[in-house]
Amino acid sequence: MSTILAQVIVGGLLLGAIYALFSSGLTLVWGMMNIVNFAHGDFVMLGMYVAYVVWSLFGAGPLLGAPLAALLLATVGIVVYFGLIREIMKGPMLAQILGTFGLALLLRYSAFWWFGANFLTLPENIVGGTFDILGLRIQASRLLAGVVALLVTLGLHLLLTRTSLGSKMLAVAEDSTAAQLMGIRPDTMQAIAWAIAAGATGIAGALIATFFYIVPTVGETLAIVAFVTVSLGGFGSVPGALMAGLLIGVIESLSAYLIGAVYKDIVVYSLFLGFLWFRPQGLMGKS
Amino acid sequence: MKFNHILGLLCAASISMFVAGSASAQDKTVKIGAIFPMTGNAASAGVHAKAAIETALDIINNAHPELGNFPLAKNAGLAGLGGAKVEVVFADNQGSPATGQNQALRLITEEKVVALTGAYQSGITLTTSAIAEKYGIPFVNGESVAANLTERGFKWFFRVTPIASDFAKIYYEFLNDMKATGVKTDSVALVHDNTEYGTSVATVITSAFKEKGRSAPIDIAYAANATDVQSQVLQLKEKKPDVVIMVTYTSDAILFAKTMQALDYKPPMLLADDAGYSDPSFIKAVGKISVGAFNRSSWSVGPPGSPTAIIAEMYKKKSGDEMDDTAGRQMQAFFVLADAIDRAGSTDPAKIQAALKATDLKPDQLMMGYKGIKFDDKGQNVLAAGVIIQLQDGENYVAVWPKANAQKTAVMPYKGW
Repeated sequence: MSTILAQVIVGGLLLGAIYALFSSGLTLVWGMMNIVNFAHGDFVMLGMYVAYVVWSLFGAGPLLGAPLAALLLATVGIVVYFGLIREIMKGPMLAQILGTFGLALLLRYSAFWWFGANFLTLPENIVGGTFDILGLRIQASRLLAGVVALLVTLGLHLLLTRTSLGSKMLAVAEDSTAAQLMGIRPDTMQAIAWAIAAGATGIAGALIATFFYIVPTVGETLAIVAFVTVSLGGFGSVPGALMAGLLIGVIESLSAYLIGAVYKDIVVYSLFLGFLWFRPQGLMGKS
Repeated sequence: MKFNHILGLLCAASISMFVAGSASAQDKTVKIGAIFPMTGNAASAGVHAKAAIETALDIINNAHPELGNFPLAKNAGLAGLGGAKVEVVFADNQGSPATGQNQALRLITEEKVVALTGAYQSGITLTTSAIAEKYGIPFVNGESVAANLTERGFKWFFRVTPIASDFAKIYYEFLNDMKATGVKTDSVALVHDNTEYGTSVATVITSAFKEKGRSAPIDIAYAANATDVQSQVLQLKEKKPDVVIMVTYTSDAILFAKTMQALDYKPPMLLADDAGYSDPSFIKAVGKISVGAFNRSSWSVGPPGSPTAIIAEMYKKKSGDEMDDTAGRQMQAFFVLADAIDRAGSTDPAKIQAALKATDLKPDQLMMGYKGIKFDDKGQNVLAAGVIIQLQDGENYVAVWPKANAQKTAVMPYKGW
């Protein structure tokens, strides 16, 4: 295998891990709480701006930026849950869709107003530049994002399967009335789920900011991949999202390299639709 | 009953026409619509366009004797309309051809603008100018370069900027001159997005190169607003072209610059087709890792105290950024439109159209480095011209070609970071 082809695949895997990273928050909310959060991409955008502000104020990298973004976005998640989601969940499906869509626009235009329309970037070497392994170029910032993607996936998976908090959240997702009869507060659980999901998304944003550009509309560019990743992985399945992300990343990179970048989305989405035809629940979703 | 109804409507209509007519005669403002991407992925271009138009408005509406003989600067307002002030109604095309079209319709039918300018992206200029054509409203474009815009037989569309074919010629001659100095320019790769702008410029460059006996460039097309461009950069790395021509908007241009650095790829020569590479936010974000990039431009700031230097300073005060080629071309188009209205001495669209057709501006009446402004039957400025500039220090472009306009000599090869 030529070095360049190996580089394409490694690049695709790292890209895929990043896709998985910013999809994990969405899979929690969408898969478990049954809410399509159209503001998801804009949560990523907020995380990116947090990283930028942290860098411009303290000169610090994602080591400080990511935890801070997690904390801030978790707060945003709780506020959004109590201020918006809890109310619109009582309404018809359409109200839920339009509600989070409105939130997306609110966040986007607030960012326009506060930060302006200019493209911002973090310095190229903020997490250690680029290094060579066996002739392959690996960008430290992307590698860090990939590693964190694995950690976040593992963490969320353990939380849901091994802790009582996770069991309670799953119980609420399954049947909120029954859960309530068992002494679980659905409101609290949902709010916690939103906090975790938004927090993970904040981390994703802060890490993506280290190698991508930052602009108020960046969520729009990234969100579509997140939706595809979650549905391919299986709603609510955190490991599924990781696998789906890696798969999409590699297929995108390979098809862009071998066939041409204009066609990569055609390849990815036809495979995606074909796969859902046979397995509508996704890679690891429950049938 | 029915007859009374119709009579009533007619009366109402005539009264409202009378009121509207007398109002416009009294308040003496000329309303012009400007459609730009104020939001969406090209918003930074739109924000700069707005600052450019507002700077032009300041020059037109207030007395600026320091600008000397620069058209419309000396006195306040338009002399041809008794000092009438120009008012611009801005509209946001959101980066969407359909939205642009709706905004054009709104500006014409509700805001009653007498002329339009905009709309940055070629694909949106295409749809918005079609509305202007339908309603018989002059549309003056300053920055969209897709060839087909002036190939539609439109009567109300005027384009001031040099276009893709002009630049294909400039690139061809520039590469030839560089070759004469010993630079290898045989194989060329053309990286472009799939928008109206990207595809049409790529097509024109490819056919112009073929016509002149060069081999066709390696075509690397990609979907605009990419999430990742590693594969495209690796394709370049593998094919090793002597020259890479970049036809991209800002977001992708930034991503390409970052990815090229990450994958340690430097083409011997990188030649950008304006757009993203001229956006001040591109230079701020990744200028330092794009050192040595060539770009096309028609803007040059000129010696201190010259009208262009004064205008650049005014623009910087308004926008916070250095004047760039795109903002300059937009501003120039707006001056052309205002000058035509001034000469028409009327806000009647047909008279403005006639004045635009008669436009004959000389180089010393312009802020851009064109050889003049004169429209052909298709509405294209036949005297548009440009130069090649280079980002030698990663912060500011300097003119390097042709020799007559060069401030510095071209530095080879592309340095990157």
